[in-house]
Amino acid sequence: MENVNINIEGRIYSVPGNLTVLEAARKVGYNIPTLCYWKNGANSLASCRVCLVELRTQRGSRLIASCVYPVSDCQAERGFEIHISSPMAINARRTSVELLLSNHSQNCQTCVKNGRCELLHVADLVGARDHQFEGEKSASTYDEAAPGIVRDTSKCILCGRCIERCKEAQGIGILGFEKRGFQTLVGPAENRSFSKVPCIQCGQCIEVCPTGALSEHREIGKVDEAIQQGKFVVVQTAPAVRAAISEEFGHKIGSENGTGKMVAALHRLGFKRVFDTNFGADLTVMEESQELLNRISSKGVLPQITSCSPGWINYLEYFYSDLIPHVSTCKSPHEMEGAILKSYFAKCHGLKPEDVFVVSIMPCTAKKGEAKRKENAAVENLPDVDAVLTTRELAVLIKRAGLLWDELPEEEFDQDLLGQYSGAAQIFGVTGGVMEAALRTAYHSLTGEEYGPIEFGAVRGLAGVKEAEIQIGGVTLKVAIASGMKNAKPLLDEIRAGKSPYAFIEIMGCPGGCVNGGGQPFVKPNLLAGKEAPDILDTYCQKRADILYSIDEKCAIRQSHNNPDIQKLYAEFLGEPCGGVSENLLHTHYRSDREKFPK
Amino acid sequence: MLDPIKTPEQLQESISSCEEAFQKKISGFGGKRTVMVCGGTGCIANNSESILDELKKQIHEHGLEDKVAINHVGCFGFCSQGPFVKIYPEDTLYRAVKLSDVKQIVEEDLLQGKVCENLLYVDPSTHQKVQRQDDINFYKKQVRVSLHGCSLINPDFLEEALGYDGFKALKKVLTEMTPQQVIDEVLASGLRGRGGAGFPTGRKWQFAANVASDQKYIVCNGDEGDPGAFMDRSILEGNPFEVIEGMMIAGYAFGASEGYFYVRAEYPVAVERLERAIKDMEQVGLLGDNILGTSFCFRAHLRLGAGAFVCGEETALLNSIEGKRGMPRPRPPFPAIKGLWGKPTCVNNVETLAQVPYIIRVGAKEYAKIGTEGSKGTKVFALGGKINNVGLVEVPMGTTLRTLIFDIGGGIPGNKRFKAIQTGGPSGGCLTEKDLDTPIDYDSLVAKGSMMGSGGAIVMDEDNCMVDVASFYMDFICNESCGKCSPCRIGTKRLYEMLQKVTNGTATEQTLKDMKYLATVIKDGSLCALGQTSANPILSTMANFPEEYEAHVKDKKCPAHICKKLMQYWIDPDKCKKCSKCARNCPANCISGVPGKVPYVIDQSKCLKCGACMGGCAFHAIEKR
Repeated sequence: MENVNINIEGRIYSVPGNLTVLEAARKVGYNIPTLCYWKNGANSLASCRVCLVELRTQRGSRLIASCVYPVSDCQAERGFEIHISSPMAINARRTSVELLLSNHSQNCQTCVKNGRCELLHVADLVGARDHQFEGEKSASTYDEAAPGIVRDTSKCILCGRCIERCKEAQGIGILGFEKRGFQTLVGPAENRSFSKVPCIQCGQCIEVCPTGALSEHREIGKVDEAIQQGKFVVVQTAPAVRAAISEEFGHKIGSENGTGKMVAALHRLGFKRVFDTNFGADLTVMEESQELLNRISSKGVLPQITSCSPGWINYLEYFYSDLIPHVSTCKSPHEMEGAILKSYFAKCHGLKPEDVFVVSIMPCTAKKGEAKRKENAAVENLPDVDAVLTTRELAVLIKRAGLLWDELPEEEFDQDLLGQYSGAAQIFGVTGGVMEAALRTAYHSLTGEEYGPIEFGAVRGLAGVKEAEIQIGGVTLKVAIASGMKNAKPLLDEIRAGKSPYAFIEIMGCPGGCVNGGGQPFVKPNLLAGKEAPDILDTYCQKRADILYSIDEKCAIRQSHNNPDIQKLYAEFLGEPCGGVSENLLHTHYRSDREKFPK
Repeated sequence: MLDPIKTPEQLQESISSCEEAFQKKISGFGGKRTVMVCGGTGCIANNSESILDELKKQIHEHGLEDKVAINHVGCFGFCSQGPFVKIYPEDTLYRAVKLSDVKQIVEEDLLQGKVCENLLYVDPSTHQKVQRQDDINFYKKQVRVSLHGCSLINPDFLEEALGYDGFKALKKVLTEMTPQQVIDEVLASGLRGRGGAGFPTGRKWQFAANVASDQKYIVCNGDEGDPGAFMDRSILEGNPFEVIEGMMIAGYAFGASEGYFYVRAEYPVAVERLERAIKDMEQVGLLGDNILGTSFCFRAHLRLGAGAFVCGEETALLNSIEGKRGMPRPRPPFPAIKGLWGKPTCVNNVETLAQVPYIIRVGAKEYAKIGTEGSKGTKVFALGGKINNVGLVEVPMGTTLRTLIFDIGGGIPGNKRFKAIQTGGPSGGCLTEKDLDTPIDYDSLVAKGSMMGSGGAIVMDEDNCMVDVASFYMDFICNESCGKCSPCRIGTKRLYEMLQKVTNGTATEQTLKDMKYLATVIKDGSLCALGQTSANPILSTMANFPEEYEAHVKDKKCPAHICKKLMQYWIDPDKCKKCSKCARNCPANCISGVPGKVPYVIDQSKCLKCGACMGGCAFHAIEKR
């Protein structure tokens, strides 16, 4: 793209001609505040009017939304001048924010986004004044009926980012604008609850919400109560959590493997045992690879699809319930681990299953709903997992306890029956990881040998859809991996049409996998300005994934079947993968009768 | 049914035969008379369809079928006088016809040739009865270009349109002109968009013509939403063919082969007639592939709007056609570059397209003789409010407001004083007595702080409170904002709340300053034209009637006695005849007195300000103050 000249505040700059005024201004050293703008602005609605700048032309002055206005339409040669700090521009930006604040609940102190609110940040940037335009507030909706996501429209600024995110990541489009004028709101059709629409609870919308309008359904209170009641509270943490938790304490994205400090913090928070969900992941690999081999050898339903992601499972039940026979019956790793904790672990320690309270720290909001499924209650009808906290909720626990992250020592997970884990489990947190872990074990099961280079490079990378052909002992296994339902949809349609060439498919609900889950720390370029590179939204998933891959590399054990605790568990308790005990404890089933729009 | 029209020659043949038939029809050929009944929405609402049926029935009963033809036509424009029945060849116009008048019309006029004097229009100034339409003042100064054929042709028949200049322009462009020549002709005509902003139509077409694309679209904006405006409706109801023809000419000019009509669902009559017109044209081959044997292909589609004012904004309209929520898109890119489904698209108003066939027929030079330097042609206005002749008028650009209001509109009822005229609907502004000699054209109106808009013209008299007027429009805008951008969604609400403070007497001078500030930011900072013009009613009334605002704020008085919180009903004890009627009428029981003995008094603390006392007082003892 050729450069063009633009005049900003009286200085001429030569900038690439395909930029917007906002991008150009940021390039040359101005920070114009934004709210509805997200990432590269491709879907920007230009609706918040917080990025307004004055465009002076021969025909007079007007305000333009810098986030969408192309520099090619305001070149210096044609007499266009851009003014960022003229009274007209400053007044307009400030007034836009003040108006938004006038229709905002403004209970910032207790807001879940306290400290992470872009509206508050922008209010500071534009110099918003107190009580400028007070008046009636729009009727609001507070919806906490869904297990994973809470919607509070009194905080919504109608930027529309969540609407775009839902479309772009999941291709579902659960959210949209409703009503009009001052009563306009963003929500599911008919302003229904998230629990009454086919929302998969992935939480991607929360990640982009600039305010507290969308947040995770917090379960901290449940955990507090269990500890108070003196229950044997066990915590397990998913792999993706350690790749991002440090961000909550000011560390740059991808700069720290937070495992040791996280474990140290959990030890100090009153949990009786601190385990790694990786143990459950190893168990999943054992079961799922066996299931695959069984399907192949018995000419069962193929392709087999992974079942670790509850967002994906929700999508399956709502939109592709005819494909349920394709989906592995394996519970997700933390559910398996919960079931083992309430059976094998409880038995070994002489605990009553009902006294064991399992808390999962997950990068995920959909896991909250998964834990409540009655299909996931293997031991005495008790839920396998009692509470699910997101990575962000864990950070709240740590801050609340007065723990200083940087002062925490590095500690190890507890070595107590479920202590060991493999590198294969570690990479569950990134798209392609479950596939790779399963392949390592399947290879061993079929050939009796370990796969040579250990890593299956072909299934790595953050592309939305990947496919690979793997040679295992003379058998060619065609596999595919998709993350984000929009990417998974074509693969599912292929299966439905009977044309799928694959034997095994991994599907993850969030684009990039769990590292980008809806419960992960927010990546808000506005709030990270100066700390992270401007292209952080394009790179953060990879940075988090790199941490997981490097942990895998450093692991002594790289394959699930080589995990000694797993071997011991099968020898002492489960017997065979996919055997009778496993079927009872570690496998589940799915519902084909879920209504998309229940009354 | 017409024969297929596949070549220019066939079209010419059809035109000739239809013209002949039409001439015969209105000239009383062979002693056959024709009765036309207004079939516009306004008259239909006043029972004109039943009148038509009754006329048919009685004509049949009297065995007059061979001597009298009867059909409906589009809007006569003079809506306050409807329903109309017109009889050719005498050109007799009966107004305010009731079902019960049918008998008289049939038995006296149709049977005996006797004019029904009691059904004629009476000129209010001379008190003379006027028999012919063209002799009525309301019509005298009008020039019908957009309304060509309205109230004359039966809009249900292509033959009628062909008999009255229809498709002559299309034939001319397809057989004699290149697309560029059409654009040049429209450019030379000086035609500007009739939807409100007045962008030169030829330039819009040129932009779209310059973009290379496999597909382009022409969209006709019939989402008329201004309160009180019904120009587009009447044109579509009265002569849909003219608009389709204009659309086809536009399509030919810049290379669009698909056209979309976006019409409000609240216009069922217009929709029905447009639908039928499209179908009939497809049937004879005037729409479809290789029209008149040329390489020009064109299809027209109809989309109904769901009643959102903002969908009159072109980018919101495009979203709506695409099946999305009607919310505006940022511009650039402009629709002419990237419009419907991302393809180059021109959005033209109904009235704009209705002017096009005329321009082509008479030529740009002749057309440009109508109007002023910067605004050519004619403009249709919907005159409403405090004016005698409520209705639709089409006048040359440059006509003064005085002519419009007093000559055509017949002035203000009840000899009240003219106060202001709101042009441009909720987006426009008001013009006052000092502006009466302003010629109506795009630039003069903008210079005076209003705008042409789509043609709504609401007249206000001394009894209107201008703060209340601004409040009305603000309320409208608050409800019609699409909710997308924050200045419009929230800002208009805050402005409305401030106006409420003014009308209920709680505003301070700071409120007025805040209003002006916020109004300016909304004007400059909103995303689309709806928001950008939403504050105009406030800014314009504040500029023109500062004393009214001050009276509300400083003196806590509403000079027009409209704002309830700032006015009182008061019984003049000297005039009160102590009859007790007011006390009996009072729903709040707040009037006390003793019949025949003590004059009545209103307890202001309980008064609802309903006005029942004043309305009922036979002695005019009650006044507002």
